[in-house]
Amino acid sequence: MAIIATESLVKHYGRGKKEVSGLGGVDLVVEQGEYLALVGPSGSGKTTLLLSLGGLIRPTTGRVRIDGTSIYELRLAERIELRRSKIGFLFQTFNLVPYLTALENTQVPLMIAGKKREEQETVAHAMLERVGLANRVHHKPSELSIGQQQRVALARTLANNPSIILADEPTGNLDPATADGVAEMLRELNGEGITIVMVTHDPRMAARASRVMELVDGRIAA
Amino acid sequence: MRKLDIILKELSERKSQLVTSFIAITLGITVIVGIKTVTFYSEKAVSSELDNLGANVLVLPKSATVSDYYSADFSNAEIPEAYVDTITASGLQGVDNLSPKLSIPVTMNNRKFILTGILPKNEFKSKPAWQISGDIFSRPMGCGAVNVRGVKAGDDSSLDKAAVRKEVISDLGVHETLVGFDAARLLSLKQGSAFDIKGTTFTVRRVLPQTGTVDDARIFAHLHTVQELYGKGSVLSAIEVVGCCKEISKGLITGLNNLMPDARVVTISQITSTQQRTNALMSQFSLIFLVIIVLVGAVSIANYMFANVQERRKEIGTFIAIGMSPRQVLSIFYGKAVILGIVGGVVGYGLGTVLAIWLGPHLAHIPVLPMPALLGWALIISVAITILATAIPAKNAAGLDPATTLMEG
Repeated sequence: MAIIATESLVKHYGRGKKEVSGLGGVDLVVEQGEYLALVGPSGSGKTTLLLSLGGLIRPTTGRVRIDGTSIYELRLAERIELRRSKIGFLFQTFNLVPYLTALENTQVPLMIAGKKREEQETVAHAMLERVGLANRVHHKPSELSIGQQQRVALARTLANNPSIILADEPTGNLDPATADGVAEMLRELNGEGITIVMVTHDPRMAARASRVMELVDGRIAA
Repeated sequence: MRKLDIILKELSERKSQLVTSFIAITLGITVIVGIKTVTFYSEKAVSSELDNLGANVLVLPKSATVSDYYSADFSNAEIPEAYVDTITASGLQGVDNLSPKLSIPVTMNNRKFILTGILPKNEFKSKPAWQISGDIFSRPMGCGAVNVRGVKAGDDSSLDKAAVRKEVISDLGVHETLVGFDAARLLSLKQGSAFDIKGTTFTVRRVLPQTGTVDDARIFAHLHTVQELYGKGSVLSAIEVVGCCKEISKGLITGLNNLMPDARVVTISQITSTQQRTNALMSQFSLIFLVIIVLVGAVSIANYMFANVQERRKEIGTFIAIGMSPRQVLSIFYGKAVILGIVGGVVGYGLGTVLAIWLGPHLAHIPVLPMPALLGWALIISVAITILATAIPAKNAAGLDPATTLMEG
């Protein structure tokens, strides 16, 4: 069953003569539980496609369906709610809040979802334990290694129990050993049924996916 | 964790960036509170001094001048005593005390004095028509009322200069007199002495202390005795009114003029205009400072907030990506503005009050006390400024395109 589907997805940036094509008509279907790696050269539209799937970039034309719902036809509040409940993002630069501890960073999506403090803390502790950071919960990002920061980001992604993880170069800033650890964790999560769409330049990461799709100039090449 | 925790942690983490705007808002509130506090006590002090001066409004016959009043030369110009009824029954706000007088020049021992008929306070109380206005001698709070040390208003048991100037005498027998300092000296009168005027014998109830005014040459007797003695009927030379300073500026004079179109109502304009000028000046200063502070504070806060939004683009983009709504983003920035406003308001109020207490005695020569009511105003102004200054940056933050911020790397 398709959990993600795009229909002739087109995205143009700018206007008039300065218009640049980001996506040139992408038709994509991702089945539930699939692990899809998006590869391609810089500027090929990988991140644009990923953020479009996450409801963050409205396409110029075409549709994005999540669980059959055309998300850009939803009202903003409904789209936010869908993103909050079903989608987790994982970024190359982790995007942790520098003045919050690992525990607090992990609590953020739960706070946004309106969970009570006790529940936030319980879930956040469990997520950090899962990514192997039970002993680093009160450390701020600046007090953690790069690998540990990415694991905090992963804990934050998992906090709301998403059914889809959209990962943008999640190992791009990591050394090979740490990257392997993150890759292994993503593999595990996929094994638990979470659908993963990952943008990567790293062939070793792509090789771990169940399917690899190449984008060139905003179009699916292979 | 709550949004408040995020706000507080962000504030404590980036204190240094906040310093300038915090100082701007705090100093602004400090100045406003300082000026307002000193002004309040200064106005109170001026009102008290004016109160001590005695009558500040005169109701005179149409043809008389203020000079006539001081020289007691009314040349038979008179007003009806019924005007006292008119004033007391009118319920006009700001009539603190009033004293009807009939002044007649008299020659005794070849010297000229002024025989002044006055109405003691007990006459007011005994007349039903005058009771309906309430106690005309009850002194309104905050209306320049002053407690003269050791003397209650209207209590002539220990007449001193202030009490004489108030010219409120509790009771006076029909043939009793109060004799001015110079008159007593020149006529060799002392307490208990008897003397004749137009064949009527009067006794001296008390010799008044020296005041350095025309009162020193007066002989005060009961109004109705003087009227009868000179066959004047129920007429007066003047009604002296102790008007509440604030009410004088608010239209007491107009009110009195409307009540008595056939009389002249004049104020001791020099005194009241000084009061008005001082009040107006202080109000203008407060207003000017308020405008400057609103501008400087708002610009400083807005500048800080714009920079803060710019610096947190990625953080806000991430928050939005993981499900934060624009409204929640707005609440984070407005929450921060409210906290900044509350802290700035409280600290500004504290500093302003301390400054006023310290500067009051030095600059205005008046004791100054804290004014808790200003804390509310300080908070309202401070929070309003910070919220106003945050509106546009917060709107920008809530409207950030998360995709753009996330792709900025």
